[in-house]
Amino acid sequence: MKQFFEMGGYAAFVWPAYAVTLAAIVLNIVWARRALARSREEARRRLAMRGEGP
Amino acid sequence: MTPRRRRMALVLGIVGGVSIAGALALSAFRQNVTFFFDPTQVVTGEVPAGERFRLGGMVTQGSLHRAPGSLEVRFVVTDFSHDVPVSYTGVLPDLFREGAGVVAHGHMRPDGTFVADEVLAKHDEKYMPPAVARSLKRRHGQSRADATAAPTPGAPAPRAPPSSAGT
Amino acid sequence: MTWTWFHRLGSPPYVYALAARLTPWFAWPAALLIVGGLWGGLVLAPPDYQQGDGFRIIYVHAPSAWMSLMVYTTMAVAAAVGLIWRIKVAHAVAASCAPIGASFTFAALVTGALWGEPMWGTYWEWDPRLTSELILLFLYLGYMGLRAGLEDTQRSDRASAVLAVVGVVNVPIIHYSVTWWNSLHQAPSVMRLAKPTMAASMLVPLLMMLLGFTLFFGAVLLVRLRGEVLSRERSASWIREIVNA
Repeated sequence: MKQFFEMGGYAAFVWPAYAVTLAAIVLNIVWARRALARSREEARRRLAMRGEGP
Repeated sequence: MTPRRRRMALVLGIVGGVSIAGALALSAFRQNVTFFFDPTQVVTGEVPAGERFRLGGMVTQGSLHRAPGSLEVRFVVTDFSHDVPVSYTGVLPDLFREGAGVVAHGHMRPDGTFVADEVLAKHDEKYMPPAVARSLKRRHGQSRADATAAPTPGAPAPRAPPSSAGT
Repeated sequence: MTWTWFHRLGSPPYVYALAARLTPWFAWPAALLIVGGLWGGLVLAPPDYQQGDGFRIIYVHAPSAWMSLMVYTTMAVAAAVGLIWRIKVAHAVAASCAPIGASFTFAALVTGALWGEPMWGTYWEWDPRLTSELILLFLYLGYMGLRAGLEDTQRSDRASAVLAVVGVVNVPIIHYSVTWWNSLHQAPSVMRLAKPTMAASMLVPLLMMLLGFTLFFGAVLLVRLRGEVLSRERSASWIREIVNA
């Protein structure tokens, strides 16, 4: 267990590296979903403006 | 030709043109783009005189000496064709080893010694568990498991008669 | 046969629906492979004879670097298709790729620096591979900047596509830099024609991570693509159905 966290003495390099990559993964998911939601909202507004909405 | 075929020719032309331009630029600037020079290039005088440059190669087995009572270390960098003695005062990187790759930044002294102010360890692309490394060492009697393999491209290779190509 | 399929891919409503259907098929296998690869790489794989546990950075650095190149290539191919065949959906694909590629190029550079400091003795050197990878990041940012800067969708599609195509020359440069020139970065361990230079126990988690990241790219691309396709459609009744769903 201790060996795992200390990564043989390289912990200060290994764990930040994993953190940055995990952040990239999470950011991509959040970013993409937000972009899709925004596009849907814009499309809804465009349709409403033209009176073609619900 | 049809507009589409013309666009295809244009796109291919762009890629081809940029490739050729890039290749020409890189080969024309090779001297400036060179990240490090190997010992043969140093010995044959290819390195611009009087400037700081990087020397890359392998640390000759058994060449590492520490001057007693000082922080200075001396070792020899080789590309299995020529050798350059190096003097360095400072802490060597963790992965610095005899028989392993090294890139040193510094300048040549008139006496033919390379005085380095920075030494970087260059390691190869082989990864293996310690047990495998030990059994390879036992089988081949070398201190580095991969020393029996052909030197990898990109690391200094045993030199054929000097060519004008970079690596 | 193939051409009907190809032409259907040019139809925005078809692509939108297809992307929505396909996403879980990429997302779930990606999640499994990445979790499995992390377990294999951090726990199961033995330490390296030279670098000890420090070598485990490879399980995030190599997949990130692979992503930076693979995504750019995808982006450039999509951009070329968009330019040659004048297909809007192709430009939408390219636009979707850019932020994904940029973020993993950044991750590759940072994880590489964190790996370089203990193993080489420096966070950064202007060696051929590192320098060309940094240029790749600027290419991505340039592509995104061009898109953001040009108002008219058609102009921004074309201009950014030209940049993407011009920049694709950098991809083989990055990959072959370590064999063409003297460099600090070592030669490829996996992406090579000869046998991999890695013990199997270390290689398997890496392959899982590489495949997992690739599928992850597919999933994120599909989500972004839907947004891009939506934002390009002015009228069309199919939008009404989507929006009211």
